[in-house]
Amino acid sequence: MNKLPELIFNESKEGKIGYSFSETEFPDDIISLDDQYRRDGQNLEDFPQLSEVEIVRHYTNLSHLNHSVDSGFYPLGSCTMKYNPKINEAIAGWEEFSAHPYAPLKLVQGNLEIMNTLEKWLKDVTGMAGFTLTPAAGAHGEFTGIKIIRAHLAAKGNPRKIILIPDSAHGTNPASAHFSGYEVKEIPSNENGILDVASLEAHLNEDVAALMMTNPNTLGVFERNIVEISQALHKNGSLLYMDGANMNAFMGIVKPGDLGVDVLHLNLHKTFSTPHGGGGPGSGPVGVTEELLPHLPVPVISKQGDLYHAAYFNKGLGRVKNFYGNFLIMVRALVYLMSIGKENLRKVAEDAVLNANYIRKNLENDLDLPYKFKSLHEVVFSDKGLNVKTLDIAKRLLDFGIHPFTVYFPLIVHGAMMIEPTETESKETLDIFIRTMKTILKEAAEDPAKLQNAPYSTPVRRLDEVLAARQLALKWEKKQE
Amino acid sequence: MSANVKDLKFTKEHEWVKTEGEIAIIGISDYAQKELGDVVYVELPAVGDSIEKGDACANIESVKAVSDIYSPVTGEIVEVNEFLAGKPETINKDPYGAGWVFKIRMDDSGELNTLMNAAAYEEYLKGILEEK
Repeated sequence: MNKLPELIFNESKEGKIGYSFSETEFPDDIISLDDQYRRDGQNLEDFPQLSEVEIVRHYTNLSHLNHSVDSGFYPLGSCTMKYNPKINEAIAGWEEFSAHPYAPLKLVQGNLEIMNTLEKWLKDVTGMAGFTLTPAAGAHGEFTGIKIIRAHLAAKGNPRKIILIPDSAHGTNPASAHFSGYEVKEIPSNENGILDVASLEAHLNEDVAALMMTNPNTLGVFERNIVEISQALHKNGSLLYMDGANMNAFMGIVKPGDLGVDVLHLNLHKTFSTPHGGGGPGSGPVGVTEELLPHLPVPVISKQGDLYHAAYFNKGLGRVKNFYGNFLIMVRALVYLMSIGKENLRKVAEDAVLNANYIRKNLENDLDLPYKFKSLHEVVFSDKGLNVKTLDIAKRLLDFGIHPFTVYFPLIVHGAMMIEPTETESKETLDIFIRTMKTILKEAAEDPAKLQNAPYSTPVRRLDEVLAARQLALKWEKKQE
Repeated sequence: MSANVKDLKFTKEHEWVKTEGEIAIIGISDYAQKELGDVVYVELPAVGDSIEKGDACANIESVKAVSDIYSPVTGEIVEVNEFLAGKPETINKDPYGAGWVFKIRMDDSGELNTLMNAAAYEEYLKGILEEK
């Protein structure tokens, strides 16, 4: 394992520079900058001074400290850390796709066609009537979706006040609803980890704008009452928002549009294999029913005759992102969909569910399984009955080169360990993970301190998260001498 | 201030209430602080805010999660525990004393009758622990 490099500020030495040009080839007056462009402000005096090779080594060594899907297993629950096929990258790298966002539409017909084609695929996968591809990530999609709901209800005369959210929803849902100007009310799920129609109906009144439901939810359980739930909502004049971040669990099997979902978002960086984490960038397309199409943000891409257009006349939300959204991510998602093929999307979901259940079955005698109801693409265990905490197991996993599962979420499970392997992992990798977990649990029984002091082999040992949260230090400051 | 736990009333959401005349002092229970883990930040309401019973009017952030504190009574915020801004860990160290969160002037002290006394809360916790 690599060591953590010094901060670049500490590697600095007065007078070192990153380049050294020949004075005969480049006399001063050729390369000298006009004074007005020089950054001679006093803030620069602590700017690190290093040679070029030192800078290159510094950042190269830092980059080697990353754990990514390309370097190891990454079963981070609810994040769908599936492998990102290299064919996505190869095609997204074609120079034909790089166009200036202000280029005249007739010069970027191919790019518009890609967006239009991706939208068709997403409509086909979800059964929704139309999509906006512009939101930059999942939570941005949620925000856009709730804004669409608000615009729709406002156009009908009353935007209403409340968004209902089950306690098994994604943590970003309440934030998105709140930011869109709604009050959030939480509804408890039942003993099987899903929402009952009766407990929804107890919360329904004329102020309820929508229910925001993660399906399958954060316990990995399919919300089997969803049809009755959408009917109860619609009878009340409320809408159903589906957080589709977990679409990987039933892509090709169920279409949310058929279940009565009015608005949903997808995460291209989860289900559709585009890069996730490390700045992605992400992409969170939002799909809506026919009735809500007029409220989609602009631009709306459509084909008229032989030409593709980007329309800005929609009476919807205006823009939610500059230009067209993260275009090259859309290219990657389309490559993924086309290379897998419509007929195999179902297989993706089935294998994701199979892999999660393989882990569940193999660890259910070693770990507490708080919700025994059938689960899909992820499994949630708890630390009940162990003499160590979830965090200790997560930290120890690092020593085995495995990225920990999601910890302490969902909140309805005490000491939650939320594991999502995805379909791209082989049985051999899953077996290594299962064996590793059993080894760690055996260690916990024999010598809990071993886990409590883990990790041992990482560039930094156990960090003091409490101190870090209480005394945030986000920028370097020169030590006073 | 340090409250005698036996004199407190409790909510199902694990807030405690101590009354001094028409003023209710509100904090979170020892069980709640243990469940949350190390508290790193407390967001307080503003003095003068009008609060309805059941409103989320403060929140507590720990390394694990952010949790709302719901007001068990209706009324006006008359004082908040500014000390928590610099020393949020006080909630872990002394939940029933220096870790109080806000004081509210009650509109209707009858609302207190719906809360649990210390013995009932203890029974309630037993139920939760058995479930776990």
